[in-house]
Amino acid sequence: MGVVLHAKDLNKRFGAVTAAAGVNAAIEQDSVVGLIGTNGAGKTTFINMITGYIKPDTGSIEFRGRDITALAPREVTRIGICRSFQIPQLYSSLTVFENMMVGLGVVLRNAKLGGFFSRGRPYVPGHEAPAEEVAERILQRFGLADYRNKNAQVLPGGVRKLLDIALTMVAKPSILLLDEPTSGVSAEEKFGMMDMVMTAVKAEGATVLFVEHDMEVVSRFAERVLAFYDGRIIADAPPEIALRDPEVKRYVVGGELHRMDEQQGSAHA
Amino acid sequence: MDQILTVIVDGIIYSSWLFVAAIGLTLIYGVMKIVNLTHGSFYALGAYAGASFTGAWLARGYPPMLSYAVLLASALIVALVVAPLIERGILRFMYAKDEVVIMLITYALFLILEDVIKLVWGVDPYFIAEPYGLLGSFEVGEMTYPTYNLILVGIAIVSGGGLTLLLRGTRFGKLLRTVIHDPEVSRAMGINVDRFYLVTFTFGSLLAAIGGAFTAPTVSVVPGLGVEIIVLSFAVIVIGGMGSLPGAALGAVIVGLVRSAAIHYAPAVELFVIYFVMALVLAFRPRGLFSLAEPRKI
Amino acid sequence: MNSNRTLLILGVVLLAVIGAGPLLPQWAMFLLTIAIAKGLVAQGLMLQLRAGLVSFGQALYYCIGAYTAGILGRFFGISDMLLEMICGAAVAAFIAFILGFLLARYRGIFYGLLSLALSMILYGLLVKSEALGSTDGINILPSTVFGIRPGQESVRHVVLVAGCAIAFIATLLVQRYLNTPLGQLAAAIKDNEIRVEYMGASVREAIHIKYVVAAALSGIGGALAATTVGHIDPDMAYWTTSGEFIFITILAGTRSVVAPFLGAAIFGIIHTVAYDVSPNTWQMTLGTALLLVILFLPEGLWSLFNRRKAA
Repeated sequence: MGVVLHAKDLNKRFGAVTAAAGVNAAIEQDSVVGLIGTNGAGKTTFINMITGYIKPDTGSIEFRGRDITALAPREVTRIGICRSFQIPQLYSSLTVFENMMVGLGVVLRNAKLGGFFSRGRPYVPGHEAPAEEVAERILQRFGLADYRNKNAQVLPGGVRKLLDIALTMVAKPSILLLDEPTSGVSAEEKFGMMDMVMTAVKAEGATVLFVEHDMEVVSRFAERVLAFYDGRIIADAPPEIALRDPEVKRYVVGGELHRMDEQQGSAHA
Repeated sequence: MDQILTVIVDGIIYSSWLFVAAIGLTLIYGVMKIVNLTHGSFYALGAYAGASFTGAWLARGYPPMLSYAVLLASALIVALVVAPLIERGILRFMYAKDEVVIMLITYALFLILEDVIKLVWGVDPYFIAEPYGLLGSFEVGEMTYPTYNLILVGIAIVSGGGLTLLLRGTRFGKLLRTVIHDPEVSRAMGINVDRFYLVTFTFGSLLAAIGGAFTAPTVSVVPGLGVEIIVLSFAVIVIGGMGSLPGAALGAVIVGLVRSAAIHYAPAVELFVIYFVMALVLAFRPRGLFSLAEPRKI
Repeated sequence: MNSNRTLLILGVVLLAVIGAGPLLPQWAMFLLTIAIAKGLVAQGLMLQLRAGLVSFGQALYYCIGAYTAGILGRFFGISDMLLEMICGAAVAAFIAFILGFLLARYRGIFYGLLSLALSMILYGLLVKSEALGSTDGINILPSTVFGIRPGQESVRHVVLVAGCAIAFIATLLVQRYLNTPLGQLAAAIKDNEIRVEYMGASVREAIHIKYVVAAALSGIGGALAATTVGHIDPDMAYWTTSGEFIFITILAGTRSVVAPFLGAAIFGIIHTVAYDVSPNTWQMTLGTALLLVILFLPEGLWSLFNRRKAA
C-alpha cells in the first residue's frame, strides 16, 4: 500500500466561481474512493484537473511521486490514469466492437510506431494478446458482447454508459476515474451495474475514484468518501462516518437522506 | 504627405466597395450560419444586369442622370427573382446538413450560375462608362477622382447604417436577432424562421447585386467577375469576424488601406498581401478581430 | 476495401496499361495520365476527408509539385520524370510540414477557408513573379526517364506507364497506412475528438501527418500533370482548380483508395464530352454534376452527412 495519487493544495477559480479551494487528497493504491457533493461542488473539476483537461491556478498533482500537473489529457492517459464521462463519449458512427478497436489501436500505436512496419496481428502491450481478443475480453466482462456489432448511436442509455467505462479499460489504467457511472440508470439497475463495473475493474487491479449521487451506492462500494462543497473537501473518511458527518448531511446528503427515510416509512414494495 | 493622402483616399474608396460587396455575405452567415458562395453570382448578375439595362437605357436616349436608378433597379430585379428561387427551391431543404456540405452546395450553384450568365449575356465584355463620368470629378491634393466614387462611399454608409438601425431599432430587427441567437427556440416561440431565412437570403443577395451593379460603370464587365469577389469578400469578413456588421466594416477598411498601401509602395505584393492578412487573422484570431474567443481544439 | 483486392485491381490495371497502352490513341493516354495525376490529389483530399476535413485549397500542393517540375527543368536542366515527381512530393511535403503546424489546429469551414487562403497566396505570388513566367507560366522540358528521351511516338505511353507505376506504389503505401491504428483514427477523430485525446492519441499530430501525406500525393500529381501537359501556369493554384479536386473526391467517396482514380477518370470524361458539346456550359455541367452527387450519391458524401456537429 502506498500513496499512488496525491493532489496537493489545488486551487481553481472561474471568474467569481470557486471550483477548488485548497483541495488536498492522498489516494492509496487499490483503494475505492467515492466522491460526493452537490452539482457544482467541484467533483468534476477535480477529475478534470487530475486528467489535465484544466490546469489548477495553484497546487500540484503527483502520480507515483511524479508531478503530472502540466500534462495534457492524452499524456495522462498514457501513464495509466483514465476517466469515464458523465455524458458517454463514444464514436457514434462506429459499432461497439469498432469503438474498442480504435482505443486498442491507439495503445498499439503509442507503443509500436503506428504498426506501419509490423506483420500480422501485433500484441497489444499491457494486455499481451491481439487487439481483437482483448476487445472481446473486455466486452464480455462488461456484458456488452451481445451489442458487439451495433452502432454506438442506437445503444440504450445504460449500455452507452457501460461502453464508455469499458473504453477506459483499453489503456490498462492503474487509476480509474469514473464520473457518475450510474447516472441515467434506473434505481434497480444501479447496483447490478456497479457490481459488474467494479468486478471488471478490480480484476485489472486498478485504483478507483467514482463520482456518485446515490448514497446507497456510495456506502456499498466505496471504502472511503471525499465530500465536496463549494470547492472544498469537507469530509474525508469511510462512508459510515462521512455520511453521518453533520456538515456532509447538511451540504451534500441532506435531501437524499430525507427521501430515504420517507421510502422506509411508506408502504412501497 | 500627398502620397499618404492618396493612399488613404484610394483606400477609403476601395474599402467602401469592399464593404458593400461583403456585407451581404456576412449577413447571411450571421443569420443562417451558411457560407454562401452564390454571393459571387449575385454580384456578377448585378453587374451584368446593370450594364445591359443601363446600356439599353442610355442607347434609347433616356435621361442619363436616371441611369443610377436603372442600376439600382437592375440589382433589385435580379435579386428579387433569383434569390427566392434558390432559397426556396434548393437551399431550404439543406439547412440540416453539415455546414461544409452546404458550402459545397452553394459552390455547385455558383458554378451553374456562372454559365447561366454566359448564356444570357454572352462572353463579350460590357462597357458602360457614362454613369461613371457623368457626375464630374473632385480633387484631393494632386489627385483627381470621379465624383462617382462618392456614390460607392454613400452606398456603403447607407447600407451599413441602415442595417444597423434595422437590427437595433425595429421589431423586425429584434426578431431577427432572436432567430440568430437560436433558431430552434425561435421556432418554438412561433416565429416564422423560414420566412426570416428567405428574407435574409434575398436581402443579402440584393446587397451583393447592388455592389455589382454600381461597380459595372467602373470596369469592363466580363465572365469571371464573380469569382474574384468571393474570395475577396471572405477575406474581409473573416478579418472582421464572420456574421459581424461592424466587423465587415473594419475588415473592409483594413483590406482597403492595406491594398492601397501595397499598390503605392510595393505593387508586387498587391494580390498576395490581402490573403496574407486573412491567413494571419485566421491564425491568431479565427473568429475575427471582433471577438474574444477562439475555436481552438485541445 | 480489402487490401488484397486493391492489390489485385492495381496490378491488373498496371499490367493492362503497360501491355495494351500503345494500342490506345494518343488522346486516351493523355486523359488517363491526367486522371492518374488528379486522382493522386483526390487521394490526398480523401485522407483529410476521412477525418472530417475538407481542404478548399488542395491545388496549392498540386501547383507546388508542378512548379517544382518546371523549375527543375528551367533552372537546373533536369527533365527526368521520376525525379520531378519525387522532388514535387518532397517540396510539397516540406511546405505542408511547416504550414501543418498552423492548419492542424482548425476544423470545419475554418480549415477550408484557411487552406483556400493559402492556395490563393501562392496564386498571387506566381502571377506577380516574372521569373516564373507570371500569368503565362513556363514550359516543361520534354520528359526523360533514367536519362533516355523517348521518341515522339512513344513518349505518351512512357509517361503513362511511369505515372501508373508511381501511383501504384503510392496507393499501396496509402493503403498500408490506412490499415495502421493511426490511419484508422480518422473516423474516430471525425466522430469524437475528446474521446480520441482521452484514449491517449494526439489529434493534432494525426491531422498534421495526414496533411503532409496529402500534400506529398498532390505534389506527385502536380509534377505528373506538368510533365504530361508540358506547361504550367498559376491557374493550377486557383481556387476553381481546388474545386475540381473536391468534386472528384466527393464523387469517389472515402471508402476505397482506388476510387479517387476512378472519380478522376469519370471527371475527365465528363470534362471532355462537355467541352466538345458546349464549351460555354462546362461549369454548369460540373456544378450540376456536383449537386447531383451531393444530393443523391450517399456513398460519396455519406461520411460528411454522418459527421457529428461539434458540441
